[in-house]
Amino acid sequence: MKLSTGDRVFVAAIYIALAVVGFTAFYPFWNAAVVSFNSGADTLKGGITFWPRAFTLENYRVVFEDARLIDGFVISILRTLVGTVCSIAATAVFAYSMTKKELIGRKAYMVACIVTMYFSGGLIPSYLLIRELGLMNSFWVMVVPGLISVWNMIVFRTFFAGLPAGLEESAKIDGCSNWGILVRIVLPLSGPVLATLSLFTAVYHWNDWFAPSIYITNADLLPIQTKLQQILNSNIMHEQLAQMDSSASSHMGRMRSVTTKSLSMATMMVATVPILCVYPFVQKYFVKGVLIGSLKE
Amino acid sequence: MRSIEERGVQMDISGRRKNETAYAKPGTARRFLRQWDIQLMALPAMLFVFVFSYIPMYGVLTAFQDYSLFRGFLGSPWVGFKHFEAFFRAPVFWDVMRNTLVISSLKLLIGFPAPILLALMLNEVRSRVFKRTVQTISYLPHFLSWVIVAGFVSSLLSTDNGSLNLLLQKLNWIEEPINFLSMPEYFWSILVATGVWKEIGFASIVYLAAIAGVDPHLYEAASIDGAGKPRQMFSITLPSIVPVVVVFLILAIGNLLNAGFEDILLLASNPILRDVSDVIDTYVYRIGIENSRYSYATAAGLFKAIISVGLLAGANYWARRSGNSLW
Repeated sequence: MKLSTGDRVFVAAIYIALAVVGFTAFYPFWNAAVVSFNSGADTLKGGITFWPRAFTLENYRVVFEDARLIDGFVISILRTLVGTVCSIAATAVFAYSMTKKELIGRKAYMVACIVTMYFSGGLIPSYLLIRELGLMNSFWVMVVPGLISVWNMIVFRTFFAGLPAGLEESAKIDGCSNWGILVRIVLPLSGPVLATLSLFTAVYHWNDWFAPSIYITNADLLPIQTKLQQILNSNIMHEQLAQMDSSASSHMGRMRSVTTKSLSMATMMVATVPILCVYPFVQKYFVKGVLIGSLKE
Repeated sequence: MRSIEERGVQMDISGRRKNETAYAKPGTARRFLRQWDIQLMALPAMLFVFVFSYIPMYGVLTAFQDYSLFRGFLGSPWVGFKHFEAFFRAPVFWDVMRNTLVISSLKLLIGFPAPILLALMLNEVRSRVFKRTVQTISYLPHFLSWVIVAGFVSSLLSTDNGSLNLLLQKLNWIEEPINFLSMPEYFWSILVATGVWKEIGFASIVYLAAIAGVDPHLYEAASIDGAGKPRQMFSITLPSIVPVVVVFLILAIGNLLNAGFEDILLLASNPILRDVSDVIDTYVYRIGIENSRYSYATAAGLFKAIISVGLLAGANYWARRSGNSLW
């Protein structure tokens, strides 16, 4: 199809606009990575944008030698593993029972679940509940409250209901129990939906910093994202203090090759790498996941 | 397949009838016991939903109490609308309301059309490699935590060789670096821009899917009638996705009072910004969690929830009249 001159200009403008969007989306990430690989003292001289000027792994060495940060990573990994496995298992089992037409109270259960998608008690009542349940300062506060996800249950249920009913019927005739059908027939056929929801749940667990920040005061139990938030926050305050009287404290920083800025960039990179590792796998699925979600609406 | 199902239903009905004649009570309890295995799958989950969703909903009533940690929910005295009145009379009330409305309106005005525009533009791209690259890059920020995103923002905007200050200095637009994150006049722009940056790509997925469903014959016919590319975009693609847009618009209006939480908490860590950054949700957090005034904060949160429900119902009423209702 031949394009008129006007159309050519239009399409060219779109390519340029999209290139700008792509660059803007990418640059903050790239710049942070570059700073994390650049010597902190050199970064202070300014002008670090696209490429490291004084390449070093020193920042990462410091990060990986800091026991508190390592603890944070361990907590994050544990939380992500335990939280994802428990939540996906519990939600899938729940969703399977909700596909059963003979389940007494199925309609009421469903309504009760959907109501929670529109209404919630809000921050303070949930906080007080966690307090009264004695979950404060416990590892399980990061796992238990989110164990059943109504959203995931509905996605699972939609998928399970789409599996050929004949398989289940014949297994039942052969004397297979409902648990047996779920474990031996339904779940093995649900690879794509299991992968999608597991990845989404894992990303949520890895990224969540807020819940630990209000429920956990014991620093040994904080995941890396919450620790990172505290570090960045104190850095910003530091910077603002340094600006108010730009004398002693900031000069101290200039002497060292590893600065708070380069160090926090390196920590941020390490906290992002797991996301980058799963991202290519998520990408294959999430378009479908998003569409299932919006179909429900 | 169908016949098996129907037979199953029939058997079920006849089985129940037999029960009714044989026993005095109809068999709901018996059927319940017989299906204990699937009830065992559903009931513990429902218990969880009850504990972690419904108890907090009931706990909202603490807004009408003077909650104390020592007496607990059941022992705290009831005080009526005291905390609501205190909230409405609080000196910050109007600031908080203004910030909530302004920030969420800005997010709606800019953040809502942005992904639609991106989807429309991506739709015009013929080069697959280019399209995929832009998509992959623009989806990525959605998966980063707000902590990381706020870290990026404060690094880019930093006076200490932040990229934006370097750029503006190189262009000779400014002489001294600007401390963007401690100047109230910039905060709303930064917040909205960050939100768009994080979600534009991911939010465009739905619109791209809707665009993919447009009948290609329409474009052919339009181009024979002499419609150029821009005309096709605005007269075919855009009208075709209006139903999807309306559904998401209703949801966005229902969320109007959710001006943001994590993003504001993290980007406005400097107390200087409080006059422009405090929205209902962050206010509830600050007063409730940090200052432990639980009942007062719950009242403020409940006030927000009630208005939100009203907004959602209103938006849906408006949409139903235009034929695109949510329910």
